Amino acid sequence: MEYLIAFAVGGLICVVGQLLLDVAKLTPAHVMSTLVVCGVVLDFIGVYDPFIEFAGAGATVPIVSFGHALYHGAIAEAKQNGVIGVLTGIFEVTSAGISAAIVFGFLAALFFRPKG
Amino acid sequence: MTKAKQSPSMQITKATYKQLASRFQPKRNVLLNSWRAFWVGGTICLFGQILQNFYINVFDFTEKTASNPTVATLIFLSVLLTGLGVYDNIGQYAGAGSAVPVTGFANSIASAAIEHRSEGFVLGVGGNMFKLAGSVIVFGVVAAFVAGIVKSLFGLA
Repeated sequence: MEYLIAFAVGGLICVVGQLLLDVAKLTPAHVMSTLVVCGVVLDFIGVYDPFIEFAGAGATVPIVSFGHALYHGAIAEAKQNGVIGVLTGIFEVTSAGISAAIVFGFLAALFFRPKG
Repeated sequence: MTKAKQSPSMQITKATYKQLASRFQPKRNVLLNSWRAFWVGGTICLFGQILQNFYINVFDFTEKTASNPTVATLIFLSVLLTGLGVYDNIGQYAGAGSAVPVTGFANSIASAAIEHRSEGFVLGVGGNMFKLAGSVIVFGVVAAFVAGIVKSLFGLA
């Protein structure tokens, strides 16, 4: 059941992205930026945590959760260290994702040639 | 003053230009595209769930800490598939289905890095890596900063 929900919810978020591409005629960069900001807003109003509770990886794998993670890190640090925590904590949770993407991306450029 | 302003045919051309142009744009099959995005995106999330449970059960991560290795693994696989030229084919088929998951974020970084390698490692790879992913990070961080400031000034318990 857990897997079915992850599949369905993750798929539906991708459909929203596809509709933004096809119907609203946004560029991929605009779609991704919109979804990330949506993640921040959804977490700000307190909806995203219960959503993750419900959908698991269906909610954490789409890029929406990147916004959620940015906001979460900022708030967690702000609770401990005051307002400056918003700055110091913003990459706290997403650090693994961004670092991995940079390192692996760089290694890929070392080892692979462009195709086509 | 100008002839173009007086001639009615010019205005008609302008008004109907979009209509004329749209005839030559490829038709978008919204339903088919959505279905493809749905099942591919869903499958990626399903795979993420399998990975997450694997990390929880085998390496004793908790539900919260498991998302870090899960995301890192997905990113690694996505970069590998990008380097092998497979991910771009998936993207052609699935559209947003492969772009919206975190794997699409990694794909945009890796493909930009590989593509600009010929311009050198500093200016090419380093400078262009975040060409596409940069906007995601910038808007995410700015939005999170604003929301975080508002929350910590007015609503922090």
